[in-house]
Amino acid sequence: MNKVYALVDCNNFYVSCERVFNPKLAHVPVMVLSNNDGCVVARSNEVKALGVKMGEPVFKVEGLINKHNIQVFSSNYTLYADMSKRVMDTLKKFSPDIEIYSIDEAFLSLAGLGLNDYSNYGHNIRETVKKWTGIPVSVGIAGTKVLTKSANEIAKKYNGVVDLINCSDKQIDSYLDLLDVSDVWGVGHQYSKLLRSNNINTAKDLKYADTKWVRKKMTVMGERCVFELRGISCFELDKYPEPKKGICSSKSFGMPVESKRDLEEAISSYVSRAAEKLRSQNSYANILIVYITTNRFKKYDPQYSNSAYIRLREPTSSTIDLTRSALSSLNKIYKSGYKYKKAGVLLEGIQTNKQIQLNLFSSYDRKKKKQDNLLMKTIDMINKRWGRDCVKLAAQGIKQTWNMKRSRLSKKYTTNWNELLEICV
Amino acid sequence: MTEIYKAKTDKKFKLPLYEYPVSAGFPSPAEDYVDKKLDLNEYIIKHPAATFFVRVKGNSMQDSGISDGDLIVVDRAIEQRDNSIVVAFLDGEFTIKRVKTKKGELYLMPENSDYEPIKVNKEMDFQVWGVVTYAIKEIK
Repeated sequence: MNKVYALVDCNNFYVSCERVFNPKLAHVPVMVLSNNDGCVVARSNEVKALGVKMGEPVFKVEGLINKHNIQVFSSNYTLYADMSKRVMDTLKKFSPDIEIYSIDEAFLSLAGLGLNDYSNYGHNIRETVKKWTGIPVSVGIAGTKVLTKSANEIAKKYNGVVDLINCSDKQIDSYLDLLDVSDVWGVGHQYSKLLRSNNINTAKDLKYADTKWVRKKMTVMGERCVFELRGISCFELDKYPEPKKGICSSKSFGMPVESKRDLEEAISSYVSRAAEKLRSQNSYANILIVYITTNRFKKYDPQYSNSAYIRLREPTSSTIDLTRSALSSLNKIYKSGYKYKKAGVLLEGIQTNKQIQLNLFSSYDRKKKKQDNLLMKTIDMINKRWGRDCVKLAAQGIKQTWNMKRSRLSKKYTTNWNELLEICV
Repeated sequence: MTEIYKAKTDKKFKLPLYEYPVSAGFPSPAEDYVDKKLDLNEYIIKHPAATFFVRVKGNSMQDSGISDGDLIVVDRAIEQRDNSIVVAFLDGEFTIKRVKTKKGELYLMPENSDYEPIKVNKEMDFQVWGVVTYAIKEIK
């Protein structure tokens, strides 16, 4: 059977979350900053049009903010994590086979659903997610995952849904020619330089590149990307290469897993792997997602799948902290009596924070870690008593930066009874 | 020769009703209906992904049972109909009103004689945010 995948991606996700609870922001420039960095982590289309780049330090764009009255928010990861779950739960209604790729992207398998008009289904998905959650999404539909990513990039710029299944090869090529090679899923920054220096500038160029050369320079994964651009499916829904945003670690089990103990062990090992990747790129995560699911193909077995989102107290790359959070999440969603087929963890809200003193948080030196833990406990106790950031690292910034003067955190509208939307009637 | 029997209908047996939707032919053995706890979430929330809670301030809807300080359950998945009470966004502000169409014109109706209906013009920035399904009030 031919494969059909849809990549559903939220448009400017963090900004869109803010707009749901404050519709006044709908057509004005909006920007979201990372909590500690003071860097731009999300931009509305109006802000993108002003030339503001992703990750730009906020002091550099202060002029633009004032001139264009850009509305600025601090990252409200608690809200974004909850809204993400709502979007994903809505998407699950459109296909039993879904792969949550990042906080705002998911792949759906549309094969075997008896559909003949994929574009129409894509529009249905788009309208339903917008109605139910308020989040606008773009949908790219194609026979391979890499192509759906390309279709999705184009969908963002046009009417929101692009279906390559019903396109001619010529039309697909003309779409691929519009895409920069660095936007091809699996390519990324490191390889795009190499490709450009070899005159491969667009996704179309990459599609027609010599696969032997690509295999040599970009490993077999790169070669598979080329095959996928050509319509040959290599990546299944539950196997995926290093995601561009977010770090994922998961596995389908050979034999079904039933006990909580076994799941805990599996999850712990995934956390450890993911945390290593995080540290190797000098990054920290703000959100941890744990998910477990039974085998949907075993129709006669009871079905259960669930995911838990945790907003981490602090950006962290510590295996110990992450494992603790992951296991407590697992505790909340685990149900006995089910044969689990797959489990995984996803690290999101990734930031590279130059302000945190790395050696204080690194877990490589055991002796230091013990001291660190004690120090952390003391700091935590003081902050709990006297208020957040009462005691903090000097590196976090004593000087009154622009960021601290005007940083705005919206309310936790969906997770805190004291912070609900208040409506005057 | 095959024997054909008539059904015995003189005796009746009470059978448990499964609380959970059952897909054709195979009930879920994991659900134990006898130990089931009553979950208010199940009662109130039909579409969890699309359900939000908001707090009400003010009394323009008091005749409908929505009072100042109530916790309102809003479902964005439900299609609003004429006379639905909705959370709406009108010209930069959230409000909760009953929607009513009269002679092709849309009105936002309060439920309090001290307040006037609002006519929604095409120039106004208006959208329905969700349909109000429950109002939860504390009885003191």
